[in-house]
Amino acid sequence: MSNLENPNNVIVDEYLESSLDSVDSSEERAKTVAEQVGLPEDDAYQVGYAVREAMVNAIVHGNRYSANKRVHFVLSRTESSIQVLIEDEGTGFQPERQADPLAEENLLSQSGRGIMIIRSFVDEFVIEKAEHGGTRVVLRKSIPPGT
Amino acid sequence: MSVKLTTRQVGDVTVIDAAGRITLGEGSSTFRDSIKDLTTKGHKKVLLNLAEVSYIDSSGIGELVSGFTTVSNAGGNLKLLNLTKRIHDLLQITKLYTIFEVFDDEAKGLASFN
Repeated sequence: MSNLENPNNVIVDEYLESSLDSVDSSEERAKTVAEQVGLPEDDAYQVGYAVREAMVNAIVHGNRYSANKRVHFVLSRTESSIQVLIEDEGTGFQPERQADPLAEENLLSQSGRGIMIIRSFVDEFVIEKAEHGGTRVVLRKSIPPGT
Repeated sequence: MSVKLTTRQVGDVTVIDAAGRITLGEGSSTFRDSIKDLTTKGHKKVLLNLAEVSYIDSSGIGELVSGFTTVSNAGGNLKLLNLTKRIHDLLQITKLYTIFEVFDDEAKGLASFN
């Protein structure tokens, strides 16, 4: 299990429909909040980017655009970080089965890079099975001291 | 804003000036359709100018790769021009810098095809 902190300030807690509009809006909200808590511009961009990729996974691969399924989106801050939880209602995801996008034979693949980019853009990224069988991801980006 | 693509011909090289965001959905499909259209029409030297592309997600990156493959399979070459720092960083992270030829000078990019 991760050492993600318990959030003490929930800023957004919503259930979003499985649409690309939800991807856009969650990315924008995460980026805006990241800027508001004082993250440098590039870091805020990376938070927004990571949220976008995680939301795409939840909506496209998890919920498969189903109108009957929602994505739980929780954006919070702790004393030292901004934290985002994204949980879909799909059938689960096994990251260990993903091909390595950096392997030479996969460089020309059209897809499969999202999680790798998320990992490089945030300080901590956890993928786990949700209680109901879907996939829950939590990502965390540190707020620089003195911000 | 989704992506806007403007095509111009410089000698035998087709330059695509892209602007906006290349992301899952409309942006990606616009780009994909444009590349397919060019190769169908026999354009084999393609220089993609990304100077005005403000954002590209992993789906958009996938479309760049797909475009590269499509043009290569048709016997041509797709090269990149004027990457922003963020797109440059994404190509580094994904190791695609080893795949694409990248230029920051249009004249040099054009000359590289000959």
